[in-house]
Amino acid sequence: MDFFDRFTIPPHDDPMLYASIVAIGLVSIAIVFGVTYFKKWGYLWSEWLTTVDHKRIGIMYIISALLMLFRGGADAVMMRLQTAVPDNSFLDAQHYNEVFTTHGVVMIFFMAMAFIIGMMNFVVPLQIGARDVAFPRLNALSFWLYFAGAMLFNLSFVIGGSPDAGWTNYYPLAGTDFSEHVGVNYYNWALQISGIGTLMTGINFIATIMKMRAPGMTLMKMPMFTWSALITNLIIVFAFPVLTIALLMGTLDRQFFTNFFTTGDGGMDMMWANLFWIWGHPEVYILILPAFGIYSQIIATFSQRNLYGYKSMVASMVIISLLSFMVWVHHFFTMGQGAVANSIFSITTMAIAVPTGIKIFNWLLTMWKGKIRFTTPMMYSVAFIPLFTIGGVTGVMLAIASADYQYHNTMFLVAHFHNVIIPGVVFAMIAGLIYYWPKMFGFLLNERIGKWAFWNIVIGFCLSFFPMYITGLNGQARRMYTYSEASGFGPLSMVSFFGALLLAVGFALIVYNVYYSFRYAPRNVGDDPWNARSLEWATHNPVPEYNFAITPNVNSSEAFWDYKKNGHDLFKGGIKDIHMPNNSGWSIILAGIFFVFAFCFVFHVWVGVIIAFVGIISCLLYRSFEKDDGHHIHKEEIEETEKKFGGAE
Amino acid sequence: MKLDSKNLPLEYSTETNRMNILGFWIFLSAEIMLFATLFTSYFVYVDRGVGSGPAGAEIFELPPVLIETFLLLTSSFTIGLAVHAMRINRVKAMIGFMIVTLLLGAGFLSVEVYEFIHYFHIGATLQTSGFTATLLTTLGTHGAHVTFGLFWGIMIIIQILRNGLNARTANKSFIFSLYWHFLDVMWIFIFSFIYLKGMM
Repeated sequence: MDFFDRFTIPPHDDPMLYASIVAIGLVSIAIVFGVTYFKKWGYLWSEWLTTVDHKRIGIMYIISALLMLFRGGADAVMMRLQTAVPDNSFLDAQHYNEVFTTHGVVMIFFMAMAFIIGMMNFVVPLQIGARDVAFPRLNALSFWLYFAGAMLFNLSFVIGGSPDAGWTNYYPLAGTDFSEHVGVNYYNWALQISGIGTLMTGINFIATIMKMRAPGMTLMKMPMFTWSALITNLIIVFAFPVLTIALLMGTLDRQFFTNFFTTGDGGMDMMWANLFWIWGHPEVYILILPAFGIYSQIIATFSQRNLYGYKSMVASMVIISLLSFMVWVHHFFTMGQGAVANSIFSITTMAIAVPTGIKIFNWLLTMWKGKIRFTTPMMYSVAFIPLFTIGGVTGVMLAIASADYQYHNTMFLVAHFHNVIIPGVVFAMIAGLIYYWPKMFGFLLNERIGKWAFWNIVIGFCLSFFPMYITGLNGQARRMYTYSEASGFGPLSMVSFFGALLLAVGFALIVYNVYYSFRYAPRNVGDDPWNARSLEWATHNPVPEYNFAITPNVNSSEAFWDYKKNGHDLFKGGIKDIHMPNNSGWSIILAGIFFVFAFCFVFHVWVGVIIAFVGIISCLLYRSFEKDDGHHIHKEEIEETEKKFGGAE
Repeated sequence: MKLDSKNLPLEYSTETNRMNILGFWIFLSAEIMLFATLFTSYFVYVDRGVGSGPAGAEIFELPPVLIETFLLLTSSFTIGLAVHAMRINRVKAMIGFMIVTLLLGAGFLSVEVYEFIHYFHIGATLQTSGFTATLLTTLGTHGAHVTFGLFWGIMIIIQILRNGLNARTANKSFIFSLYWHFLDVMWIFIFSFIYLKGMM
């Protein structure tokens, strides 16, 4: 039985934990049973699990991201509940450590990253008039590797124990001396696997955007979201290898007893912090730039004006991407670099506020004198501007190195980064999801329920996080599982808990909206329900498999608007046969083997590691010798599909 | 050979091929970041991470390193010749040069294995200190790339033998040559900044 002892959950026994194990088991059985009962395995396998279609991969990313949003959200509510009153005993210290760690990791890696990559997958090829991405099979592999990483990470909760050293995973706390159980191994391997997937996404999208744009679409005629995707993927390609190495070193330290991040024999614990943030700060911009791109699309559409300052938008993103690699030390001003280094990084950090400010003004000037329509996506965008600005201003406060000695690791910091991530990334992704929903599924989400959700989320956000600014300045440290009544943090923490509940209600309303609209929303929304401007709206809703029947001919960043209003001839020539890639189960199988490999590695099950490694090599060999030239969709077939949509061209 | 749109070499001849080559260049830029991270860490650990273990000057030996350098640089030359043979459609010569390349690569790896065993015997193991860990991880990452390259190269040779030289196999061979040159460039950095600098 010694062998099986390692899979138990050592640090604590908690009835809630066993309840969730049972819940996870029941839900899994229900899903398997449901799919079998409705005889959907074949459909699921041939249409979704093996797909290489960028639109379906995008949708799978977004579904996974939403699932992870609820996992991370449950963690968040648990934390707020624990800290709602002083000296609470709902969670013990160890459990609380695990909850804030998994909340951070799940939200950043498996929710936000998946959401933005899902959006890029769905939107970018449509915006540039391409059939698919440059490497469709690789794209499927990226998704499944991400998914394998996400599942592995979530498994830690029920087998072996969750990581508990914070999402930043600082050593020596994350080393074997202080985190004995396998939690941090899970952290290393889950992020390693999904990181490889993300890196491949980066390569894929750079090649796609550089090479597959429709005729006439020069770089400076790309829609703004595609620009943001290009810059984001460049950052991905240059930042993620740093994380790969840092995680490798962490794995060697924990599982092979090396001395990278230990405190003896020449180890340097601060090396991890440096490497982590050299990746980690660009990661912040990987998250926020696509959000900026989405806002640019939405604000221009619903102000019914072209985007103000296109060139300065592009330039500011390029500057942000360069600066993003030069600011990492501001995450640990208090850890002894000395005044010179701190000053330099303080100034580079503040400098980022300049290009970001330019973008804020550009959005404001886009709305200036525009005929604004307050649809739900637009409301999120309008709420984003002031809220994000507050987050940015508190960021500049944190950038002042000397003042940071007061704020460092307090709730002020927690308030700051939630203040930029939630109105920045989360609002953008929800807004983008609602905006592109008709393109994905052919109907609109209900506006009334959407607005209820919006108000819940915005008010809930403000109630949750603004009190933390105050308690943080009063000295409340982050990551503490409880506090005394005498500290006086009680009332504001209770407000924060109510805010978290409102946020939860808001997200529940979004889910209800999907259900409601799926049942009751009218299906004949047409191809252009928002009176939109850029190229992705020039095809049908929902988008046919081949995206565009005729490759569009582009003359500006708002080609569809020019087509509608200025008589630009978007589709020249007739329908021809279209070459498409074949579906393949290779990606999901390879990612599945990666999952087994990592799982065995986490627990030092070397036999399993070797077998899985052989499996990975076999998959690569199979791919090397495979002949797959794709297939053609014939002209007649396309004409028939086009006729069904109301015969556009 | 002149590269204009009418007279493209075989490996660039299809849209997929051109995309693969661009994609691989982007991948190489990620690889550069990977090695840059290792080098940066190495420079941090080389002086301050020695702990109670040996320093670089105490363990480095010039002869095996010189042999490794000689083998790998020569293999970079021969893979260049292989691509040249491919361009003038001399398949046999191409395969010959690829085999020579892989043999040189295997020779490099053998010497590196010897070098690692040597380090082990004189007490510079992965676990000894921050410095040895970074040194061996950097060398090991490079060595793992060469090992992967060996198997990859064998698979490409098999495919050329089975299917002849066509757009697909030419594309694979060319990308393999990019990879091999890249490993060579990384080795030049390792040789200069790890070994030579360490022995000074």
